[in-house]
Amino acid sequence: MDQVTIVVLNGVLFASYLFLVSAGLTFIYGVMRILNVAHGSLYGLGAYMGAWLVLRIWPGGTGPLPPWWSYLVLLAGGVLVGVTVGPLLERLFIRRVADRGEVIPLILTFALFLILEDVMKLVWGVNPYLADMPYSMLGSLSLAGVSYPIYQLLLPLVALAAAGLLWFVVKRTLFGKLIVSVIADREVSAAMGIDVPRMYTFAFTLGAVLAAVGGAFIAPMSSVVPGISIEVIILAFAVTTIGGLGSVPGAAIGAVLVGLLRAIAIQGWPELDLFVVYAFMALVLLLKPQGLFGALEVRRI
Amino acid sequence: MRRLRDGRTLLLGLVALLLIAPVLPSWLLFLLTIAFAKGLVVLGVVLLLRGDLVSFGHGLYYAGGAYAIGIALKDGFPVRDALVLVALGTLVATLLAAVVGVFIARYRGIFFGMLSTAFTMILYSLLLKLRWLSGGTDGIPVRASTYLGIETSADTVRLVQYYFVLALTAAAVYVVYRVAASPLGYLMRAIYDNEIRVEYMGASVHRAIYRTYVLAGALGGLGGALAAVTVGHISPDMAYWTVSGEFVFVALFGGLGSVFAPLVGSVVFELVRNYAFKLSPYTWQMLLGGVLLAIILFAPGGLWSLFERLAARHAGEPEPPAPAPAEQR
Repeated sequence: MDQVTIVVLNGVLFASYLFLVSAGLTFIYGVMRILNVAHGSLYGLGAYMGAWLVLRIWPGGTGPLPPWWSYLVLLAGGVLVGVTVGPLLERLFIRRVADRGEVIPLILTFALFLILEDVMKLVWGVNPYLADMPYSMLGSLSLAGVSYPIYQLLLPLVALAAAGLLWFVVKRTLFGKLIVSVIADREVSAAMGIDVPRMYTFAFTLGAVLAAVGGAFIAPMSSVVPGISIEVIILAFAVTTIGGLGSVPGAAIGAVLVGLLRAIAIQGWPELDLFVVYAFMALVLLLKPQGLFGALEVRRI
Repeated sequence: MRRLRDGRTLLLGLVALLLIAPVLPSWLLFLLTIAFAKGLVVLGVVLLLRGDLVSFGHGLYYAGGAYAIGIALKDGFPVRDALVLVALGTLVATLLAAVVGVFIARYRGIFFGMLSTAFTMILYSLLLKLRWLSGGTDGIPVRASTYLGIETSADTVRLVQYYFVLALTAAAVYVVYRVAASPLGYLMRAIYDNEIRVEYMGASVHRAIYRTYVLAGALGGLGGALAAVTVGHISPDMAYWTVSGEFVFVALFGGLGSVFAPLVGSVVFELVRNYAFKLSPYTWQMLLGGVLLAIILFAPGGLWSLFERLAARHAGEPEPPAPAPAEQR
């Protein structure tokens, strides 16, 4: 029984983490048809910013502000990174290659990824940042005989909030309606008077904010070290291809499947934890290349 | 695949590489040897890029060729001559590509890239975790005792390795040169422009892509095997996706315009990395990223196109148009 509880709890935790990093990636792809490798860097920047701010304001775990404010600080740090770096990347670089197919933008964002890797090292150094105050101050809880940190129970709520935000923006706002029309047909939307480049900037920024906020909230659970972006982006690729590139619900399903699969593997066959993720990714791509929820595209002659 | 005149220049280049080696310091010999080996992997990536297929996972064959040797040696493979070992690594990688190619040749664009990434990450996770097979993160030593039957000492080993790798690289490049000038090579260029029209003309796109993929895999395996024998040690990192990203980087850096461009690109890349890493270990990735950005935005033909434009200006000819790959769409 304990085993099942552990697998479910870890699976849900891992799924939340995966959804937070994949939602923005798949949203950006859905709108702009760009697979953004630099998404991992935004996650890393968010994690660094969050951890750094918390350590700045509460050095050694105490500070002028009440500790629960640290959650607001994490959120603010993530949003700050997203709304500054996101538009910068889109306006300066990605826009210039938007009409050069799918492969060139992919490689361009890989270049941005390489640059941002070193930007993080230059700004924050190479020593690990451990800002665990928001994590440890909540303590743990006994669940079906298993002691479990409360912070890890809250992370799924953050993931749900992100999903809710995306849903609300796309389905219930004017911006969402415009975005849907741009996805459906870019040229007709432009002819109807929609400022398509601006929509792209907004969409990219929204995706960037999701990645950076995800990074900020995951930071307290482990040390922030150089190279965290590298592992994140490859996992996010796996999740989004499994769910279907461009589909946010797909990313959610992909995150849950991969999360549970990996939790099961870690419990039963720990040496295969990474293998199952990528084998599953390859299997889905082989059987259903558009992913479990991706729309089939008609090839143009 | 360009004019014959280039062939003569490059033959001169090869002779120069042969003659200059004895006076080079051993660190530079090692660097060039590795650059040639990796250049072959990049050549495979370039062949696919010419058909608009980005193999963001060519580390699969690079690591596959290397580990075929490593695992064979660990399990008591009797022959320790480098040529036999390299042939073994190349063969295993080619067979792997022949199997993977059956599946992957159906995919295009982003999906081709994603599937290649998935395959190399599968190999990475297996090499990392199956310690009894691969030695885990520690990797495996790969020691060749002779090169084409030639015994080496500590003083001569780098020079012998250099000649060994140079000979195999030249042979492989010649084969690819012939393939690029064959109907298959032209078909790939047509596929880049519009594969459905190629189908309408009666050619099999699937077969062309499959054959190119297997050739690219063989080159990846050959490069990985040569690198393994030269370095003397292999680790799972060879299959990590960032290594594959680096191959794509060098492919674009060198340019897609010629079969020699990947080797030139690879040598320049290794030299730059060597110095950049020594001068400033925390900013060399930034340098790489900056160069890659500049190439994509301002010089889509890579180093090779700059070289061609310079050569044309020098000869007073009109500048050749920038090579099509990586630009039009």
